[in-house]
This record gives sequence, structure tokens and C-alpha cells, in this order.
Amino acid sequence: MLSFHSISKGFSGVQALQDVSFEVSGGAVHGLCGENGAGKSTLLKVLSGVHEPDSGSFEIDGKPCRFRSALDALNGGVAVIYQELNLVPEMSVAENVWLGHFSTKGPFVDFKELDRKTRESLERVGLDVHPSTKLGSLSIGQKQMVEIAKALTRNAKVIAFDEPTSSLSAREVDTLFGLIRELRSRGLAILYVSHRMDEITSLCDACTVLRDGKHIETFSSMSGVDAAMIVNRMVGRELAAAMTDSGRDLGEDVFEIRNVEGPGLKEPVSLAVKSGEIVGIFGLIGAGRTELLKAVYMGKAGEVMIANTAIPRTGPVGSIKSGLVFCPEDRKHEGIVPMLSVAENLNISIRRTLAKLGFWLAKGAEKDNATDFIEKLRIKTASQQTPISNLSGGNQQKVILARWLSERIKVILLDEPTRGIDVGSKAEIYAIVRDLARKGIGVLFVSSELPEILALSDRVFVMCEGRIAGSMPTKDATEAKLLSLALPKGGAA
Amino acid sequence: MNFKQLLAQSGMILVFLVVVIGSYLIAPQFLSKDNMISLGLQVSTIGIVSCTMLFCLAAGDFDLSVGSSAALGGMVGVFVGNMTGSLFLGVLSALAAGALVGLVNGVVVAKFKINALITTLATMQIVRGLTNIIGHGTPMSASKPGFDFLGNQAYFSVPLPILIMVLFFIGFGVLLNRTVFGRNTLAIGGNKEAANLAGIPVARTKIAIFTLSGMVASFAGVVLASRLIVASNNAGEKLELQAISACVLGGVSLSGGIGTMSGTVVGVLIMGIVENVMRLKSVDAFYQMVVTGTILLLAVLFDRVKLRILNSSS
Repeated sequence: MLSFHSISKGFSGVQALQDVSFEVSGGAVHGLCGENGAGKSTLLKVLSGVHEPDSGSFEIDGKPCRFRSALDALNGGVAVIYQELNLVPEMSVAENVWLGHFSTKGPFVDFKELDRKTRESLERVGLDVHPSTKLGSLSIGQKQMVEIAKALTRNAKVIAFDEPTSSLSAREVDTLFGLIRELRSRGLAILYVSHRMDEITSLCDACTVLRDGKHIETFSSMSGVDAAMIVNRMVGRELAAAMTDSGRDLGEDVFEIRNVEGPGLKEPVSLAVKSGEIVGIFGLIGAGRTELLKAVYMGKAGEVMIANTAIPRTGPVGSIKSGLVFCPEDRKHEGIVPMLSVAENLNISIRRTLAKLGFWLAKGAEKDNATDFIEKLRIKTASQQTPISNLSGGNQQKVILARWLSERIKVILLDEPTRGIDVGSKAEIYAIVRDLARKGIGVLFVSSELPEILALSDRVFVMCEGRIAGSMPTKDATEAKLLSLALPKGGAA
Repeated sequence: MNFKQLLAQSGMILVFLVVVIGSYLIAPQFLSKDNMISLGLQVSTIGIVSCTMLFCLAAGDFDLSVGSSAALGGMVGVFVGNMTGSLFLGVLSALAAGALVGLVNGVVVAKFKINALITTLATMQIVRGLTNIIGHGTPMSASKPGFDFLGNQAYFSVPLPILIMVLFFIGFGVLLNRTVFGRNTLAIGGNKEAANLAGIPVARTKIAIFTLSGMVASFAGVVLASRLIVASNNAGEKLELQAISACVLGGVSLSGGIGTMSGTVVGVLIMGIVENVMRLKSVDAFYQMVVTGTILLLAVLFDRVKLRILNSSS
């Protein structure tokens, strides 16, 4: 159905793809795995006409394709559902589905016809919303369905998904998988990119692993293939050691929150973290986890105590001064300043402390600080002056961690510290976090990945619908126990 | 660094050199000392105002009220100067008036989160109105001797307005590159939310930028009034657009986060030179407008192409 023949693509010096060949058959879900920077995104961009390959070609149904733009690719039967959906939030669902292909009566848009056709295509993906609903009011899962409906209206033969579940709730993931299986049974070829190994093993019929732009292996059947095998191919080294913890001594309470309230929280929250302890917060999307961290970091209501002293509740500036820092979940929008260099992003917060008289930049000290952390955290970057947007997600996250490690911190709040980060960097970030805890810094982190909660935390709190639903030491926790606490009770479920 | 990157990064300097050489070929008197001084005087107001406009744009905002603030500055300066007979008091009250306008802009934009375009569009009209109220709708002449000091004094035969402009270029360049305030400005323009979460005082920095902008604009207005020995109620019209044009011409991004002082200086000079040469060749004013507009358009197109080259090679 879809076959790649020795695709190569380079960007001034970096070989993103090198001689990649494999085949995806129709009526099958084909997983695509690799660490960040392995070339998955570049391959999708070649497929969707964003990049032209330097050499090599690909065929659909035996016909060679040469797409010069995303529109070309759409017309050629290829649709890519990106992590960041390409939809217009202010327009209706119908307009989004048919964008660029409106039904018209003379010069006017025929809204009646548009509605009818949209209803049809929404039915095909099993989405029950009115075509005139504003797109922005839908949940992320529903938006994804709209994007898929849109792809189907263009008679897509190949649909590629780029990390489609990274911001979906468990229930939405089930719906999506149902739909993907339905598309498969209709004979479409599905290319499925994900960092979640359980998804690859449960959903996919075949799977290809890329590493450093090269094709490593294609498993043409998933029977007998398990997550560990795939991860081994992805990293080319054993990770088990880095993933395990050597244990830490717990001390007194270093950090305590009392009756913290904020938007998205249904009742005041109180909890405490001991020195040397890593506390995880688990919950589904919308459970109020991010909201809780933000309320602690920048809210006004409630008390936050560090080493038994209440800190001023005046927003980020005051929190940082007291040694409380926050790494946001949404790196792109809340973490990095994309056009600035690695060094600028790293020194953004410590800068005022380093500066002479509080305003005159200490260029030398800033440079040393950046050099220091780039080496210590093994941040992969061409130079300090490289724009941070050129780095992979894992390395960007390390820069943001370095930003806070530069400060004299006592407590760190981490929101989804490894979201969208490859397995190799994940292990390194776990090691950094454990090291912080060992130094007596209180760590409170949020994650929607159960394996991460179980691997990293000493104690876990579960949130559900804006409340703490329960807590337990991690050694007593199982995936099933945590999930049952996280799922809404009563009417909604 | 490969050739393409070198070309892209030094592109504006190249364009600048081409403009200078081209101007000399078109009008040989262009490089004469007299013309250089008249060019300098001609761009001095825009040059001074562009310094703070750079900061506004780099922070992801606009300040459309600078033209009106310049007129207000000149008017208040002459008014107070005439009343008290002191140039010092005139300048001081003009600065205070400009700072007040900027403070209002800053507080409305940063604290009440109103769009800067709308906010400064409103204050632009308010301030222009106030200027006319003070001046009774007509220009006001400076009656006390000595008021022309800022505008007409010269050192080493270079008029003071040009020296002031150069000092501003250097001062604000240092402010942008060597101080926490300057780097914070670029970080806020690059990603406001990230800057806030990283502990940068976003609102305070923005208020400071607008206040500076108002003060600098009104100071530029005093210098202009001092040079002409009269404060015109119509002074500084379209100054805001000229300053924004000059910045954009110098590679400052309208969406914030990107901007350099050297680029801004080049932008100011290119705008000034083109106008200067057309004046030397007695080109009709209407044609001049067509040409300056075209240059701005080409400059932004060039910038886009440059970005594409840089991105494709990274």
C-alpha cells in the first residue's frame, strides 16, 4: 500500500533520515517508534509534503508520489493528524471539516448542504456534536475526531497519527482506538507514532523502529514482540539500570500546603512532602492536577510552608525567592522562549541574582553557569548560542530544569516532566529528579503515566474532578488501585 | 557559519551599503558635510523615538501615542519655559508629562490587559487633544532666549540633536544588551507566559517600557521645538508609524522577541537617506510616499526570505 524506498533527508549537517525503507500494508496499523530526533517527525513531514526528500521516493498503491505541499499530499490521499491540530477554533465544526472545500451556491456558501455533509462525515467517525458547534468548545479528543472526519472527506488512503493520545483522557483514548480499528477494517493504511509502548504493542499490527535517522528494524507481526524489545531497538542500550532507584532517606516535612484553593479545584487541598521524598500526583486529564500546582506556585489563597515557615503568596517572583519553583507541562507555550538561545533560556531566572548591582548583566558568570549545566545535565546542543527551538524535547526540558537548578531551590513542582520526551532522556530526567530529592529538595510532580508515577514517586496522591481522591505509599500502589481512584464515581461514569 | 547564513545575517548592512553607494551615484552632493548634517538633523527625532519603540516592539507591544507625546512634550516645554524662563524646568515638566502618558499606557496594557494597539490609539488622540488645548489650537513660540540651546547648539560643528540621538542609540543599545531589563524585555516578547512563570516581573517591566517610551518621545518633542524655537500643535504627526517602520526595516519583529539596536539604527538611516536623496533630486512629495512605502514592503519581504534561509539551514 505505502512503501518507502531509501528515503534520505538532511538539514545542513544533520542527517535526519538516512536510507530509510519499509512498507506499510493496507488494512493494518503500523507503529513507528524511536527516540526524539530519531527521524519520525521528519518522515511524517516527508510523507505529508512539508519536506521533499533529498533522495529516495515513496509509493502509494504502486504509484510514485512527489508531494510539494500539504495540499498536494491531501489530494494524493495522505492525511497527517499532528499533535497540535490544524483547526480554526473560532469557526464551526462544519466549516472546519470542509475548510477549503465549502459547498457553494453561486458565490455564496451553502450552509444547509454543508451541515448535511458534515453530519454524514461526523457519523462516520462516531462524533455526536452539532455541525454548527464552535470548534473551540470541543474537548481535545473531539477535535481530533473532527480532524479525522476532515481527512476522510478527502478520501485519505493513508492516515498518519503523531502522538495522538498525549493529551487524551483514558476514555477518549478508547474511543480513538475504536475508530482507528474501524478505519483499519476499511482497508486504510495507518501509520501510528507514539512513545507509549503499551499502545504500540496493543494497537499495532506491525511496527518499525528508527534510531538516529536510520531504519533499525521492522516487525511485520507483533506476536512475540514486547515493549522491552522495542525499547532496546530504540535506544540500542539497556535502560533498566537508569530506571531503577537506589533509595533515599526521608527526613522532616520540608514542604507543606494548607487549604490551597484555585480555579479548577473543587475543595481546598492540603498535603506535605518530606525532605528527600518524591511525591507524585496522578489523575486523568481535567482532574485539576496542573491547576493545583499553579495554585501553589502563583495563587493567593491558602498557605504554603517551606521548612515550617509560611512563604509570601505574591506570584512567581515571590515563590522563586522563597525557593519554590515550577516546571510547566506545556514546554512550548509556558516553558521556553523559542527565539532565544539555550544560554538565555537557561539563565532567564538566575540572571537578576548574578547581575552586578541587580541590573548590569554578568556575562561571564552567565556563560559559566550555562557551560556548567550543559555539561552536568548532558544537554545536547551545538553551542550555548543555538536557539532553543532547535533542541529536542528532552534537551529543552533539561534546559528548563537547569534554569531552576541554578537557583537555590528548596521545593520543585514538576508538571508532566517527561511529556513527549524519548525513553533515553526520560531516564536521565528521572536521575536528575532523584538526585534533587537526595539533596533534600522536596519534589512534587504530576504525571498521567502510571508507569512513571510508580517508577519515580515514594508516595502518590490521586486527584479526581478537582479533589484529592486518595493517597498511598507507592510500594502499596498498583496501576489498578490508582486508576480506580482516578475514575469519576457516580453519574458521570 | 556558511555563506548563506553570513549573507542572511549581514543582509541589512549590505542593503545599507548599497543604499549609501547608490545615493552617492545618484546625487554626488549626498556625501558632503553639509548634507550629512542635514540628514542627521532630519532623522534625529525619529532616531530618538525609535530607541524606545524598539523596546515596545521587542516586548510584543506597540506605542502609537509617541507622535502625540512628542507634540505634548514640545508644547509643555515651551509653555513652562515661557512661564518660568527656565529651560531646565521646561524640559523637566515635558519629561514628567511624557512619563505620565507612558505610565497610563503601561498600566492599562499590563495591568488591565487591554490590547496595546487600542490603548495607545486612544491615548494618541487624548494627548493630541490636550496639546491643542494647551496651545489653543495653534503653534506656540518660545519667547525666552536660551530655549534653542538643545536644538541649535553645536559641538565640533555637529548640532546637539544629532549628538543626543547618538547618545540615545548607545544608551539604549547598552540597556537592551547588557542589562537584566533589556534581556527580560526580549524574553517577554518571545514568550510572555514562559517569562511570567520563570519569575520575570512582566507587568512591571511593561509599565517601565511604556513610561520610558512616553518620556523619550516627549524629550524628542522638546528637542524638536527647541530646534524650531516653536512648539507646533501638529508636531510628530505620523512619527509613530515612521518609528515602527524604521524598526521593522531594521529587522525588529512585530510579534516580539526579536530586535537589535544596530538593526534599528540601520533602519532609521535607510529611511532617512532615501528621503534625503529624493529631496536632493527634488522628487515630488507624492512620489516620495510611494517610494518609502515600497521600501518598507520590500524590507519585510526580505526579512521573511532571510528567516526562511536561516531556518532551512539550521
